[in-house]
Amino acid sequence: MLAHTGHASAMVILWWALIPLLVLSLAGLLLLTVASLVRRLPSWLPAAWTVVAGLAVLVSLVPLWDRVQDEGPRSYLAGAVAVDGSVLFVTGLLAVAVVATALLARPYLEREDLPGVEPYVLLLLSAAGGVVMASANDLIVLFLGLEVLSIAVYVLAALHLRRIQSQEAALKYFVLGAFASAFLLYGIALVYGATGSTALGRISAHLSSAVLLEDGMLLAGFALLLVGLGFKVAAVPFHAWTPDVYQGAPTPVVAWMAAGVKAAGFAALLRVFVLTFGSWSGEWGPAVWGLAVLTVLGGSVVAVVQIDVKRMLAYSSIAHAGFLLVGVQASSERGTAAVLAYLGAYTLLACGSFAVLTVVGGTGDDRHGLDAYRGLAARRPWLAGAFAVLLLGQAGVPFTAGFVAKFGVIAAAVEGESYWLAGVAMLAAAVAAFVYLRIIVAMYLEGDGDHEEAAAEVEAAPWGPRLVITVAVLLVLVLGVVPGPLVDLARDAVPALVGA
Amino acid sequence: MSAVSPSVLAASGTAVSFPILPALMAVPLLGALLVLVAPRQRPELRKLTAVLATVTTGALSLWLLRAFDTQHAADFQFASRHAWLDDLGVSWLFGVDGISLFLVVLTGVLFPIALFASDPEHDDRAYYAWLLVLEAGCMGVFLSLDLVVFFLCFEVVLVPMYFLIGRWGHGNRTYAATKFFLYTMAGSALMLVGILTLGFLHADATGGAVTFDLIAIAEAQSLSTGAARWVFLAFALAFAVKVPIFPLHTWLPHAHTEAPTAGSVILAGVLLKLGTYGFLRFGLYLFPEATHHFAPVFLVLGVVGIVYGAVVATMQKDLKRLVAYSSVAHLGFIVVGTFALNTEGIEGGLLQMVNHGISTGALFILVGMLYERRHTRQIDELGGLQRSAPKLAAVFMVVMLSSIGLPGLNGFVGEFLVLVGTFNAHRWYAVVAAGGVVLAALYLLWAYQRVFHGPADGENATMPDLRLREGLVLAPLLALIVVLGVYPKPVIERMEPAVDALVEHIEHHVDGFHEPTSRLGADLGVESGDAHDSGDGH
Repeated sequence: MLAHTGHASAMVILWWALIPLLVLSLAGLLLLTVASLVRRLPSWLPAAWTVVAGLAVLVSLVPLWDRVQDEGPRSYLAGAVAVDGSVLFVTGLLAVAVVATALLARPYLEREDLPGVEPYVLLLLSAAGGVVMASANDLIVLFLGLEVLSIAVYVLAALHLRRIQSQEAALKYFVLGAFASAFLLYGIALVYGATGSTALGRISAHLSSAVLLEDGMLLAGFALLLVGLGFKVAAVPFHAWTPDVYQGAPTPVVAWMAAGVKAAGFAALLRVFVLTFGSWSGEWGPAVWGLAVLTVLGGSVVAVVQIDVKRMLAYSSIAHAGFLLVGVQASSERGTAAVLAYLGAYTLLACGSFAVLTVVGGTGDDRHGLDAYRGLAARRPWLAGAFAVLLLGQAGVPFTAGFVAKFGVIAAAVEGESYWLAGVAMLAAAVAAFVYLRIIVAMYLEGDGDHEEAAAEVEAAPWGPRLVITVAVLLVLVLGVVPGPLVDLARDAVPALVGA
Repeated sequence: MSAVSPSVLAASGTAVSFPILPALMAVPLLGALLVLVAPRQRPELRKLTAVLATVTTGALSLWLLRAFDTQHAADFQFASRHAWLDDLGVSWLFGVDGISLFLVVLTGVLFPIALFASDPEHDDRAYYAWLLVLEAGCMGVFLSLDLVVFFLCFEVVLVPMYFLIGRWGHGNRTYAATKFFLYTMAGSALMLVGILTLGFLHADATGGAVTFDLIAIAEAQSLSTGAARWVFLAFALAFAVKVPIFPLHTWLPHAHTEAPTAGSVILAGVLLKLGTYGFLRFGLYLFPEATHHFAPVFLVLGVVGIVYGAVVATMQKDLKRLVAYSSVAHLGFIVVGTFALNTEGIEGGLLQMVNHGISTGALFILVGMLYERRHTRQIDELGGLQRSAPKLAAVFMVVMLSSIGLPGLNGFVGEFLVLVGTFNAHRWYAVVAAGGVVLAALYLLWAYQRVFHGPADGENATMPDLRLREGLVLAPLLALIVVLGVYPKPVIERMEPAVDALVEHIEHHVDGFHEPTSRLGADLGVESGDAHDSGDGH
């Protein structure tokens, strides 16, 4: 493909490969247009529209997947964008997260009396950004996708007009996110300077063929890119925003941040580092190794001392990022497949868990203390049971999707002979188990006396969150016992670099 | 791998078309599911379902005992394999040999008894469901021959036990449950890394695909000595916490004391055996050289456990805690026997696993019955119960004597073999361990004296005696105590070939290691004499 020199002849546009992106972005724009023209839109319409768009993307992925498996990965738009198995896999995860978030958002917005279609528009556009990020075949496109994704999420975080914490979260996220973007951009510039291109294919070819006498600029580029992406996926020490933003932002938005933004971020990490800089993994590997250790330990240990469940899950999401980094660090095919499978499992766990938080949070979205969960099992046995399954899944207990995910990344690390990293990650998982147990203890073992009143206030879940929780719990259990579909899909979703 | 695994499956040539081993796990799981969906207003239906599921499983395990081919007790029988995670070569690989057979039967027998022994005070639905899930998990541990599946079952057992202690336990149950969960989970965290390391290094060395087939890996012994020692330590930590070996035992007194009766019975009877069984199957068999290398450490810790457990048990004021600490001492015996690395020691340890399950299980049931009557477990608040409850006292006496290791009862055979084995291998350890037997007599007899002898006052004088239903619950255990004490041959002749094969395996793979035996040791007892005859027969 690279030998194909007459590149200027025609810019190939693979319209079929663009379908998911077009569906998401057009759905967003159309919704915005219609909402500004029609005075009174039925309140269910935007949510339903978003869900339909997400489902449409999922459906469209089936033929796309078959086509990519048959014809192999392709790049188009002058090599700026690629379509391969991993792109479609991550797109699927984003679509799932969009559907789940929309289902959570509708009753949430109603409960909090926040009218308007903007949340759904922003969600769809943010997902479109995520798809661009995942399919980027050029660092500039990657940056574009990242910005589209992020800016929408900054606004989403500020969604709750009357909660000062929501505003605070958005501002923190925005300021720190802008910094991270600057790092990323500077990293792109340095890599461009060192390799002479921003196209991933050319960078990769350059890195594996050329001998660099002076590699300082390239390594600095690596470092800055790692900082920028590390911020997006909340790796320690670039995680400082996470607890505050998770705690302050509206809970459905947090579900999107945990599931969607993380998936897009790791898709980018895989594409840029494992795929493009793969031949230099000896150089960046140790840095990711260090990040992974700090992240699994930092996330797990700090989560232990939290008393706010939303903050606990924020730190646990950091710990999960650490596990994902363990898979990235392996820089191998198995590692990549493991990261994708982990993302799949985590999407389910995060959507389900934050759906529970949305329900328990109650009007005002502020009942997230551990107290709110005391005695929940007695009052709302199904909700508590579902949450327990999701928490045990996050802890990586066997026969849940969480175990399959952890098993995959640890296997990848061991295969790459990173025994210490694997050991540290497993010990951190045991520490994190304590966090999940604390919530389970509160729900099941501390129901007596005064606390029952607190749990009594938990309203019955509206059908949206209920559907999300049910599907998430069922899939977590089914994929835990029959992990084949998830693991095989992730294995077949090999990312590939195709030059223009 | 191909040379070994087909032979494993071929060993099940006697096989039955019926997949008995998966059924041992499926039946309890199915029961759990049925309990969950049973109508809310019908608690008796739920109990019936649970009873049926455990009794069926117990019957299946007894049938397994009957169908087991004694001539090939060293081979894995009834083997079955189903792919699970193809990518990583993980499969549902099950089989049973003379080592796991009796632990499977023990599990099958103890669960219905534990279920009958006490009823939950609330949330019976969840209680029965968790108990059944626990049974499936325990069966899985004893049956799986795939390292990853073993790990899955080993870990998943924590969840039901956690809830059983935490929701239906006594007093400080939350603390006890959490400590139990975290200790065990942290202990086995590294085992997963060890398992994966083993799988990948084995694949590298043999050039084959990644597999976690226990037999393939154990027979190939493809790891370098250094790597094998590291991986062994990762496994050993998990087992040492589970057993528990001193000084990792601190979760045990809490968990045992605070658990509901059924929980204590299963915890002592079955769950602790997961660790000692792990040492046999995944320590000695997988890493003969490393086991031999580290054996002195475990011998010392085992002996310390025997003495420490006994001394601390003597000082307990709470009867249930006393029994809990007696477990530490008994498990010390098992560890010492296992790491004596000869047939008598290992076999004695294996027998002790079964015996401890029976007698400590029965002790916990009896303590539970006392507690139901008197609502206290404090020894000094009890007294003179022999007058008000003579039958209970008699049963307690028999069980206690079995726990002490009185000749003629089951405890004696195991302890004797352990001591013979240890004596042949490391004389002085045997001497100290034998002291533990004396201490056991001390603390148990003293406790019996304080609880059952002397004058009875207040509620102690009016305490009701054993009811028929309770007697029926205890009867099978009492029968086993006597039968295994008088005529242990059927058990030993099934264990023996498997244990012999294990010792041969160790001799084969450890340079310069010969099974520590002596003429004196071989002639000392009838059991060990028998053992050698049948061993030579093959």
